[in-house]
Amino acid sequence: MALSHLDRLEAESLHILREVAAQFRNPVLLYSIGKDSTVLLHLLKKAFYPARPPIPLLHIDSTFEFRQTYAFRNEVPERLDVELRVHINEDGLKAGISPFIHGAAVHTDVMRTQGLRQALSRGGYDCAIGGARRDEEKSRAKERLFSFRDANQRWDPKQQRPEFWDLYNGRIHKGESVRVFPLSNWTELDVWLYILREGIELPPLYFADVRPVVERDGTLIMVDDERLPLRTGERPAEKKVRFRTLGCYPLTGGIESEADSVEAIVEELLLATTSERQGRVIDHDPNSSMELKKLEGYF
Amino acid sequence: MDGTAPFRRFDGDDDSASRGERPRHDARRALAHFDALPLLRFITCGSVDDGKSTLIGRLLHDSGSLADDQLAALATDSARVGTQGGELDFALLVDGLDAEREQGITIDVAYRYFSSARRRFIVADCPGHEQYTRNMATGASTADVAVVLVDARKGLLSQTRRHSTIVRLLGLKRVVLAVNKMDLIDWDEARFRGIVADYRALANELGIDEVHAIPLSALRGDNVLGTSLNTPWFEGRSLLATLEALPALTPSTAAGFRLPVQWVNRPHQDFRGVVGTVASGRVRVGDVVQVLPAGTRATVARVIGPGRDLSEAIAGQPVTLVFNEDVDVSRGDVIAALDAAPALATRLRADLVWLDIAPLAVGQRYALRLGPKQVHASVVSVEHVRDVHTGGTHGSAQLALNAIGRVELALEEAVPLTRFDDERALGAFILIDRATNATAGAGTVVEAIAHGAERAYSQAFSVGPVDRAKAKGQQARCIWLTGLSGAGKSTLADALERRLHAEGRHTMLLDGDNVRSGISSDLGFAPDDRREHVRRLGEVARLMVDAGLIVIVSAISPYRADRDAVRARFAPGEFIEVFVDASPETCAARDPKGLYAKARAGGLSNAIGIGGDYEAPLKPEVHAVSDDSGVDDLARQVLATLGR
Repeated sequence: MALSHLDRLEAESLHILREVAAQFRNPVLLYSIGKDSTVLLHLLKKAFYPARPPIPLLHIDSTFEFRQTYAFRNEVPERLDVELRVHINEDGLKAGISPFIHGAAVHTDVMRTQGLRQALSRGGYDCAIGGARRDEEKSRAKERLFSFRDANQRWDPKQQRPEFWDLYNGRIHKGESVRVFPLSNWTELDVWLYILREGIELPPLYFADVRPVVERDGTLIMVDDERLPLRTGERPAEKKVRFRTLGCYPLTGGIESEADSVEAIVEELLLATTSERQGRVIDHDPNSSMELKKLEGYF
Repeated sequence: MDGTAPFRRFDGDDDSASRGERPRHDARRALAHFDALPLLRFITCGSVDDGKSTLIGRLLHDSGSLADDQLAALATDSARVGTQGGELDFALLVDGLDAEREQGITIDVAYRYFSSARRRFIVADCPGHEQYTRNMATGASTADVAVVLVDARKGLLSQTRRHSTIVRLLGLKRVVLAVNKMDLIDWDEARFRGIVADYRALANELGIDEVHAIPLSALRGDNVLGTSLNTPWFEGRSLLATLEALPALTPSTAAGFRLPVQWVNRPHQDFRGVVGTVASGRVRVGDVVQVLPAGTRATVARVIGPGRDLSEAIAGQPVTLVFNEDVDVSRGDVIAALDAAPALATRLRADLVWLDIAPLAVGQRYALRLGPKQVHASVVSVEHVRDVHTGGTHGSAQLALNAIGRVELALEEAVPLTRFDDERALGAFILIDRATNATAGAGTVVEAIAHGAERAYSQAFSVGPVDRAKAKGQQARCIWLTGLSGAGKSTLADALERRLHAEGRHTMLLDGDNVRSGISSDLGFAPDDRREHVRRLGEVARLMVDAGLIVIVSAISPYRADRDAVRARFAPGEFIEVFVDASPETCAARDPKGLYAKARAGGLSNAIGIGGDYEAPLKPEVHAVSDDSGVDDLARQVLATLGR
């Protein structure tokens, strides 16, 4: 008997999650309700089975999630007996920050990046686990599994701690923190194959369904609630779409697809010629590269 | 831009594409296919401008691992900041930091993911500049194989030597030598052979066992995926074919079982799981194991794998073990098979690569992390510093930034560890600066220095306790007779040994009083001395049990805690506590040593053995009441529990 590829990926992730439990006083798992953090939640259960995971989930709520995202969030962690904490940047909410008025970059910065920084410092969390993968984006490809953040929660890509074997150095001073990425070595295909193998339940948005969408700058944006202002002449059309990633609904482009099951998605993925983050409006904002956002504390 | 591959290679076994149809895939078949592909992790390293990033870009591109939007973005970037005069600049695929793209250099290691029809790959593109040695070493530590690039025009440079030295230090004994830019020297075979000879000499010096040399052009793609027409004289395989064939470094399932304890999972009173990843060997329900450094033994009651119970787990698997006994375990302990205990070392010699601006110096103290174990370590000596240019060594009192050398460290407590070459998980460590918390160095143990002879049993030898007992056709046991002076221990001990001996058993009798004249001759009868005496008796008995004997110990051993401590040194079932019980009146009437008479006369200050504060066993395996029963009955009663 030998370990398969997914077994080995799973083993590495479990080892990392257990290191977090052992090394940190007050860790938290950032739960975005997307497929990667849903896989993380599954791994969290496995790492500490048969006990309840000692690490709670934290959702940084932008207030613009898809409605089905909220439904999933409100149901699944509780069913799996994992503690869920939710943080909303109340300052941003009071200021009425909206992607429609202030743009994708400002909204993401205030509600996600600032919201995250707020939540982490107010919660006194010394470690935040995220579902980022190195194959997602080029600056992520450079990040350590245990990624040190200074007291201002900033990442210094030019001075990362060296990291050897599986000896993760989580030692920090008060106020500093570490971001941990147990899925670093998984590819998008690995994640989907694992979801298939394990039968992991996902938010329905990942599966093709007829949804009201408008086409904007080449992306299909779902009209998920009445807050989405329609441009002149714009009329929502019913299209069979699915989402490859889940972010704020006005900033997340869907793709036309017939794939309504995990099997079908894997089959579609094997033929795909474009990459996963293509649907993310925020990534195409030229003045806000992923690295810049990460420097500021974005996940 | 994104690095997700479109996995075109998988449709290689679907010929519908070649017939101009849309290829079809079956998800379950894809799962089986990709899950079964073995993984190889490799690095590309070498000097600046030897073409590492270009080589990876070429591999990703030619293997069909780049998505359309990635290729489009690459074309845009190449036109904007590329160095290839408008052609695709593959280096831009891996230099992902803004500072890297601005300066055109690689600062930190980048990880890329791709697959061929035969294999999954994780490649780490390592920076070539000496100042980023820490990042190069980071990438090398998790690799199975190193691809060392050399510019065919320049031959071996000092960074080639440095990187090869680090690669070997971190445990890689296989190198693919990619002699790059062969197109710029007109595919000169003699030049190629000269570079290969130079490198083989270096490899020999460093202890790199395997060198696979390939003449190639990363820029043009020669000998990268397929073999090139430009090198008809080259009989080896292409880079990809070489990488597809090399074995990965997987932990051994054939070695003895070892598991470094990461954490103890104790959600509530009724569950206590010992959590960690199996470093070597396998563990099954029912196995008797030992907890190091304490040496206590325990029986595995449950092996819990990811999310479910298993009957067995193998090296590489993350598990939670539950023991039958309530043994003391904490993070950093090592659970090991009885015959696979690593040495308990308080000193070690190690090769070290130093990565901190503040030099390592003799007398400095650091936090040492070895597996999950963290312990303070101080530098006893720097044996030598390696000169990466000449390969020679010289003496020094310190290791400066990026220096490589051999050091001796003293540990503040005994730590179970091995030579790195014997077991990576228990022989690799990092040193952490205690003030800044920076990871200051990475080391590999070349020698574990055990602390004192009394721990010698924990060295791993090929013949174990079970083997020795088997050779004698018996199960080794320790029969421990405790009770007041005059309760009948010696009489019973003698009867037991006579019977066992008559049956052809291999036995030994340790009488507390007799042992006092030798191994405990320095001890008196004060409570602390009695404790130490019992401890020594226990240790001697355990050595004899390990030798395969049935050992009968006869000693008052008045304190419960001491007897329990002895019990903990044995495997479950091996230690049989016999409470030889007689009323004080009976004991005083027998009074074989005249102690009771002396006490009555006021001549004994510590009257423990005669009733003072003797602590009777709460749950002895045998309660032998000697007031009325004859010694033969008692002996039968004890022997019945041996379950022979």
